[in-house]
Amino acid sequence: MSTTVAPETDKAGQEHRKGGKPVASDRSSAENRLGLKLVAPAVVLMLLVTAWPMIQALYLSLFRYRLTAPDDRAFVGIDNYLTILSDDQFWKSTGTTLLIMVVTVAVELVIGFAFAMVMHRIVFARGLMRTSILIPYGIITVVSAFAWQFAFSLNNGFVNSWFNWLPWIADDTNWFGDYPHAMFAIMVSEIWKTTPFMALLLLAGLAQVSEDMLEAAKVDGATWWQRLTKVILPNMRAAIMVAVLFRALDAYRIFDNIFVMTKGAEGTQSISFLTYRQVIEQMQLGLGSAMSVLLFLSVLLLAWLIVKLFRVDLAQARGEG
Amino acid sequence: MGFSSTRSRGRPGVRRIVGPIASLVLASSLLAACGGDSGKPELVWYINPDSGGQDAVAEKCSTDDYTITTQVLPQDAGQQRIQLARRLAAKDPSIDLMSIDPPFTAEFADAGFLAEVPQDAKSQLEEQGTFKGAMDAATWNDKLVVFPFWSNTQVLWYRKSFVEKAGLDMSQPVTWDQIIDAANDNDGKIGVQANKYEGYVVWINALVEGAGGRILENPEEGVDAKITIGDDAGQKAAEIIEKLATSGAAPADLSVSNEGTAGSTFGSDQGSFLVNWTYIFKNYDETAPDVAKDIGYTRYPQTVEGEESRPPYGGIGIGVSAYSDAKEQSLEAAQCLVSPESQGINADLTGNMPASTQGYEYEALQETFPADLLELFQTSVDAAAPRTVTPYWSDVSGSIQNIWHPPRSVDDETAQRSTTFIEDVLKGGDLL
Repeated sequence: MSTTVAPETDKAGQEHRKGGKPVASDRSSAENRLGLKLVAPAVVLMLLVTAWPMIQALYLSLFRYRLTAPDDRAFVGIDNYLTILSDDQFWKSTGTTLLIMVVTVAVELVIGFAFAMVMHRIVFARGLMRTSILIPYGIITVVSAFAWQFAFSLNNGFVNSWFNWLPWIADDTNWFGDYPHAMFAIMVSEIWKTTPFMALLLLAGLAQVSEDMLEAAKVDGATWWQRLTKVILPNMRAAIMVAVLFRALDAYRIFDNIFVMTKGAEGTQSISFLTYRQVIEQMQLGLGSAMSVLLFLSVLLLAWLIVKLFRVDLAQARGEG
Repeated sequence: MGFSSTRSRGRPGVRRIVGPIASLVLASSLLAACGGDSGKPELVWYINPDSGGQDAVAEKCSTDDYTITTQVLPQDAGQQRIQLARRLAAKDPSIDLMSIDPPFTAEFADAGFLAEVPQDAKSQLEEQGTFKGAMDAATWNDKLVVFPFWSNTQVLWYRKSFVEKAGLDMSQPVTWDQIIDAANDNDGKIGVQANKYEGYVVWINALVEGAGGRILENPEEGVDAKITIGDDAGQKAAEIIEKLATSGAAPADLSVSNEGTAGSTFGSDQGSFLVNWTYIFKNYDETAPDVAKDIGYTRYPQTVEGEESRPPYGGIGIGVSAYSDAKEQSLEAAQCLVSPESQGINADLTGNMPASTQGYEYEALQETFPADLLELFQTSVDAAAPRTVTPYWSDVSGSIQNIWHPPRSVDDETAQRSTTFIEDVLKGGDLL
């Protein structure tokens, strides 16, 4: 309500002065000042914890600077960026990251939708069912990564002995011994852990689909498949796109599973992991900051692409449109 | 409603703020009392995980003037380096003493993280017969920067029953070619460390040095050091790794094998040979007594027939932080921690061998290990080839891991490729 009141006061103020800035009434300017004072601590805190580190990373990325050789620090301009962009490891890691993102998000979307349907439609033991579907999401990623690493482990895992009837799995299959196997294990862990999140977002969308429309479709003789593709999915498009956007950006920053399961061996290194190696392992603050900046920019680009490509209307997704 | 109107009256609201502040003040005063100006100062020693040896020594060396307490670092040597270096770069005064893996000593010293070891301590270390290899690994720029605490080396462990079956004479020095062939022909698996980690570089370094080469020369040049892993010795090392990785003697988990998994391979039915650190000897006593009885040991295998092998060198040196609030006391404490008796106690509890001849004379040690094994350990440490002492070791090691892992990808171009890659990484032209 206050937003509709405020312009009127402004208009009234404008009439008193010609051409100049609108003069607010004493009360509204006092309210404005109070409002500013109230948000100031939050703004300062936010600048302190987000903007400041980002600016510092940007600044550091222009230097050759290693934590264990601080005297060797020198300004190198955009050299770090050129080094990274001309490095084939960077592009290989980007490829690996994109592959993980596309595959996991696609699989999660399908399984997550099935889970959402179950959670939406289930009549008996609803609370229990919903809770058990959500459990993996409540588990810390590092823990889930370790659990899956043990499951796939050659020495004490159960995957080899349970599935050795499959032609491509033997008792001595080394799951972390080559690229396809290792990627499979990493993706399984990632999918297991985050599908519930996808299901939760889709459940919210599912709840928005009007029962009347479904009823009407049924009366008109629509089959189950037609109701799904012509009524349910189009009506929850916004929710699906938001789910895809969130998960895709999350998946693009994958780190924990790779760190725990392969430490980047066999070419399974993701962009976040490569950044970690430069900043934390090599303590190359300059090169590492440049990588962080590039990672940030690529996430922005990805978000923009997804929003543009799928024409997501975030306002509509929040139910405002 | 009743609740909120009570609150707006003022007093309880004030109490809500005063309460936490009061408890905070109380808590901090209690904490201060714990940290204690009144109590003895506490020296904090960051240790690598072990089976209680360092804790025992810390207790033994605590005096009326100070107490030494321990804090455990991560299992992985690389992670230990990261945690210590990050804290020290921030000049963290809460670290007084720390256990440092030899390859990272130079990096820490070069960055000015370590207090210099005083002359009298140096004389004490020399007097107690500290091994030359241990002294070299503890020295940077002609200055002793850490106190050598324990010195480890690898020997070739074998199953007596297996070599009997294979008809291999273990009283003579054996070569890598011989043991790979013997294991391959008799359905045995060889235990090595070939995961993508520091342990794999330990193996590669020993192979290169065993062929008379070096990974790099003139390390004092820093990033301009000469990278020589691509020479003949590096080629020979690559040949051996390729041969093992492509033979039937390679365990299925070769590319993820570490000290522990290699130990399991050795203890399995297909166990034949194993290169591993000294502490593995006591590994099977309780879990697999049959295996324990079947263990034989000899000098690390030769890379080239007839040329003496250069076993890996490992261990721990104790460094004193340059940013410690109690540097003098810490230096004094370190001297006690590396005394022959301390080294003996630690070795007896953990199987991590002393860094000095006097340490080996510790009585309990003589009872735990057979005399010929103790002698083998000492001759191996003497002949050991430490990894090159350079502040850029983690770059060099990381680059080698990148190119040489997985072992089955190693071929006749690997050594040369790693030379170029190390040079590029050191000069900042490549990501690692």
